[in-house]
Amino acid sequence: MRLTCPLCGTRDRREFYYSGSDDYLNRPSEGAPVEAWDDMLHLRVNPAGVTKDLWYHETGCGSWLLVTRNTVTHAVLATELVAARKGGAA
Amino acid sequence: MPNLIAKSALAAHAPVTLAGTTLEEAHVGQITSISVFPGMLAEVAAKLGAFPAPNAVKGNLIWTGPEQAFLMGQAPDLAGLAATTDQTGGWAALRLTGPKAADTLMRLYPLDLRATHFPPGTCARSPLGHMQSILIREADSFLILVFRSMARTAWHEIEAALHALDARAAAGV
Amino acid sequence: MRIAGKGLIDRSEPVTFTFDGTRHHGFKGDTLASALLANGVRLVGRSFKYHRPRGILTAGPEEPNAMVEVLDNGSQTPNTRATVQEIYEGMAAQSQNRWPSLRFDVMAVNDLAAPFLGAGFYYKTFMWPRAFWEGLYEPLIRRAAGLGTLKPHHEPASYEKAFAFCDLLVIGSGPAGLMAALTAAQNGADVILAEQDSVLGGRLVAEANALGADWLTATLAELKSLPNVRLMPRTTVVGAYDQGTYAALERVGLHLPNQPHLPRECFWRIVASQAILATGALERPIAFSNNDRPGIMLASAAQTYLNRFGVSPGDKVTLFATNDHARTVARQLIAAGVKVVAILDSRSEASSVEDCPVYLNAAITDTAGRRSLTQITGHHAGGDFLIETDCLLMSGGWNPLVNLACHQNARPAWREDIAAFVPQPGMVPGLSAAGSANGAFSTHAALFEGRTTALAALTAMGKPAQAPDLPQAEDAPYRVQALWQVPGKGRAWLDFANDVTVKDVRQSAQEGYSSVEHMKRYTTQGMAPDQGKNSSVGALAVLADATGRGIPETGTTTFRAPFTPVSIGALGAGGQGAGFAPQRYMTSDQASRDRGAPMIEAGLWYRPSYFPKPGETTWRQSCDREVLMVRSAVGVADVSTLGKIDIQGKDAARFLDFVYTNTFSSLPVGRVRYGLMLREDGFVMDDGTTARLGENHYLMTTTTAAAGQVMRHLDFIHQAYCPDFQVRFISVTESWAQFAVAGPLSKMLLNSLLDERLADFPFMSCGEVTVEGVKARLFRISFSGEEGYEIAVPTAYGEALFRDLLAKAETLDGGAYGMEALNVMRIEKGFITHAEIHGRVTAFDIGMAKMVAAKKDCIGKASATRPGLNGPEREQLVGLRCDAAIGAGAHLFTPGDKVERVNDQGYVTSVCYSPTLGTNLALAFLKDGRARHGQRIRLVDHMRKTDVICEVTDPVFLDPEGAKLRA
Repeated sequence: MRLTCPLCGTRDRREFYYSGSDDYLNRPSEGAPVEAWDDMLHLRVNPAGVTKDLWYHETGCGSWLLVTRNTVTHAVLATELVAARKGGAA
Repeated sequence: MPNLIAKSALAAHAPVTLAGTTLEEAHVGQITSISVFPGMLAEVAAKLGAFPAPNAVKGNLIWTGPEQAFLMGQAPDLAGLAATTDQTGGWAALRLTGPKAADTLMRLYPLDLRATHFPPGTCARSPLGHMQSILIREADSFLILVFRSMARTAWHEIEAALHALDARAAAGV
Repeated sequence: MRIAGKGLIDRSEPVTFTFDGTRHHGFKGDTLASALLANGVRLVGRSFKYHRPRGILTAGPEEPNAMVEVLDNGSQTPNTRATVQEIYEGMAAQSQNRWPSLRFDVMAVNDLAAPFLGAGFYYKTFMWPRAFWEGLYEPLIRRAAGLGTLKPHHEPASYEKAFAFCDLLVIGSGPAGLMAALTAAQNGADVILAEQDSVLGGRLVAEANALGADWLTATLAELKSLPNVRLMPRTTVVGAYDQGTYAALERVGLHLPNQPHLPRECFWRIVASQAILATGALERPIAFSNNDRPGIMLASAAQTYLNRFGVSPGDKVTLFATNDHARTVARQLIAAGVKVVAILDSRSEASSVEDCPVYLNAAITDTAGRRSLTQITGHHAGGDFLIETDCLLMSGGWNPLVNLACHQNARPAWREDIAAFVPQPGMVPGLSAAGSANGAFSTHAALFEGRTTALAALTAMGKPAQAPDLPQAEDAPYRVQALWQVPGKGRAWLDFANDVTVKDVRQSAQEGYSSVEHMKRYTTQGMAPDQGKNSSVGALAVLADATGRGIPETGTTTFRAPFTPVSIGALGAGGQGAGFAPQRYMTSDQASRDRGAPMIEAGLWYRPSYFPKPGETTWRQSCDREVLMVRSAVGVADVSTLGKIDIQGKDAARFLDFVYTNTFSSLPVGRVRYGLMLREDGFVMDDGTTARLGENHYLMTTTTAAAGQVMRHLDFIHQAYCPDFQVRFISVTESWAQFAVAGPLSKMLLNSLLDERLADFPFMSCGEVTVEGVKARLFRISFSGEEGYEIAVPTAYGEALFRDLLAKAETLDGGAYGMEALNVMRIEKGFITHAEIHGRVTAFDIGMAKMVAAKKDCIGKASATRPGLNGPEREQLVGLRCDAAIGAGAHLFTPGDKVERVNDQGYVTSVCYSPTLGTNLALAFLKDGRARHGQRIRLVDHMRKTDVICEVTDPVFLDPEGAKLRA
């Protein structure tokens, strides 16, 4: 498996650390109801198809990536820097 | 003058030549990390004369991450523009020179080091085996920076790859 | 028998080898199989289940029968395919799966019991009693099963791994592969041509007539001359993975005597923009009664032995065929002077004009010959036959080698006209099939498809695509009439490697295992080292017949990587010793070893355990002395392994307030504060001290174990939640060598080396100092409970400073202390490590709930307050005192309760003997523990057979007011 780091280019999977769903990007604001935290931390869909998840270019440049993949075809559809993603920080 | 003796990471390792390719410790002098503060890239580049693009070496600046570079030397005053740290002692430098240098490193790095894809002036942050490292292609050689504590393992791994290539050459396979 | 003048072996280089101890002669270029055949050796192995005598069936990596062990300089490589293994001077091979000898094998008695040993025998027989499963049946079955044996010791041979990149990977070097490589190379693409065989050319090497030797020689010469082409002989592509990654296994030194440093095999990871599957096709056997005797071989294999190795497969050869290919083989054999007794053609409408008798509509109903074929019987259009023959060549048609195309779970399509499965476009993105692998069997078609697919690949890569000319080549039609089984009385083998017969497959269907996947598992068809290469299509055809379904409806089982067996050594290449875990050494390493310190691994680091003095015979004696030394004088320890992260920027304080539960924006410059870090789910991630070096400059320390995790965590928080903060951080762990100096005389020791005497430097302060002319950082922090400092110098000076500190410390009756003493002292003080903050504890559990600041948000704060994470139901950090020695991992029970899981009250995380207090101490987590100080608790450790009563205490055993720290 290979992923394209927007900074470093296409690299072998072993350079990346897999973190999980992009739900972690949606951090509730302070005082949000407990359900909001539950959604962010624990509730996951498990799609057969397109999914978005977070990878860390750990032995590379240290960038966190938002990766759009297809779990059926294994196609990597897009990668973008978490820091520069559309919509910006929460 | 300091009264303490400074020692390099691979002081006990004499250069090794196998398969016509030489592994030796490199002495690269001072290393300063420069992490540019948001929005300050142009000003930092002006102060330094340049700032390297990703995966590139520009003069004595090596790209090492998002808005980050290693300056091989002393940094000018960048107060308010960038964070700087002294990284000199933290890295061991190894240099690999010779016809089998790229083949050797492609046994350890998951990187495309074909000259067409990784020409002189290119650098990469990529693991040497399981070790974080910075790989730089110089005009006739590769410069490998690894954490100082792992210098001996890096040397051992590169030497083992050289031995295998040397044995292949001898056996004609 | 060797035929004079034939073959591509080098007759000027004779090679001597042994098989089962007997010396034989062959030539350079021989495989073990060709050399054995040349020496008249027919019997080379015993079958897996029935221990039937077996010979050589094929001439390639698909061989199911001829598997041997190669013995070489104390090493032993089992299940080596004789059809792949090249001989070399002095090579020793032996047959396997037989006892006491290949000719006389006691287990051959299984063959007599065959009526009882059919499919499902083990499932049905070893059902009862259940108690016998593990103790009796499994060892019994394991002893009886298996092929080669492994020596139970460390593998001394070396293996290699490597990465390669190219524009186009061509898999297979037959006419299709060569034409594809040539087309791409001439257009400037970077090409890797991988060929499993030791010579390139594929069927061109074996068939002699296809294109003539000149085109092959000229093409190989041209490819070799091009700098953008890498030819990889002896390299089998074994798997097709995501994003154009292919796994390949290269036999590097297996065909040579052992040489130091020469790898046996290299495991390649090849990344290709495009790839072409030109793996060719495998001829399939025909299932008829007793079709497994030595001397029965595939026609294509005989053709290879004849044309490539100059070996005649037998003295009196018969052919049994369903297609025209056997005719070519027969003609070549006759031309080489080999006696061909007859051609048995299963078709009713085929030519009967050959230079030997041809029987149409023929079927073999039985064969004879104990250790080698002697006779066949059957019938044909004109009546019955009985033929004396020592070699029978089968040709049941061809199966394209579609395996790699199916590695990403796509299924091949059935083509009725060629009675075979073929790949479909797009099964593996970027991979296209060409030639026989695609069901195009003529040489012309292979060349044409090789060129076409290469041009398409070039276009896909946006490269120029000029078409080279094709050479003239035969374009004979492939006429086949499928014949899956010949009715007969005896057993007809489908899977030679696992001893699966037509009857087994029919029985499987009869007993309800009618899905092809169930049939595979019930009969074990396709589960041997050849992975069904010779049998899968035949077996599913029999299953289709037995269930009344068509072949496409029946479908194939899943093709999985690896295509051919890969040794564990090759898979794990580079993963032994330092290649598995890099060794991290501190600058004090040699100085510690010089003092006799045993080193222990702490993550990847090597740290001194203790520093033995003369007369000390156990670690405890040294450890106790070191603890008392620090508590009464001064000790020095290298603490460089702790993670150090330099944090700068106007928003550094704000960032730290968000990361830590407690507040760092209020920390004055020149001061240090202990910080607690949570995960977002509310559990403790890490702890450590952070110093404020300047208004916008902090230095965070992490634990040794969590340094990488914390960096990843900080990067995430920064990039995901506050990328606009003016904050930058970088690891400086390796930039500084840092030493703890602890004990009542610590200040005196430091002052003996500092260039300026230390003025007022209270507990939890930090600042810059100069030590022996070198700028250093000094922190007054303590992990021992004594007055303590940590001094950091640039790493290059580390060893020198450590040696100087030790020399001065020894003058003060102090010295070095190791990890054991460090651990004892922190337990005495109730300081936690990752033994306590192991990922399942909260700030509340460790008594630090008050450190979660109320006035600000921080990572983990919301979750930390959720129900269930705070309260008497939680296991809370306590101290335990005990007269007896206790171990970590022990569980706690209320005295009087039954020792059962439901009564579990907690567990012990850290233990030590405290020489300071003269008793055993432990840190533990105990339900509602803070309310139970002073109570007694029962400690049970089944592993160490401990069952004692302890006293529950506050976790801080020593100096709870911290008077010594602040001295």
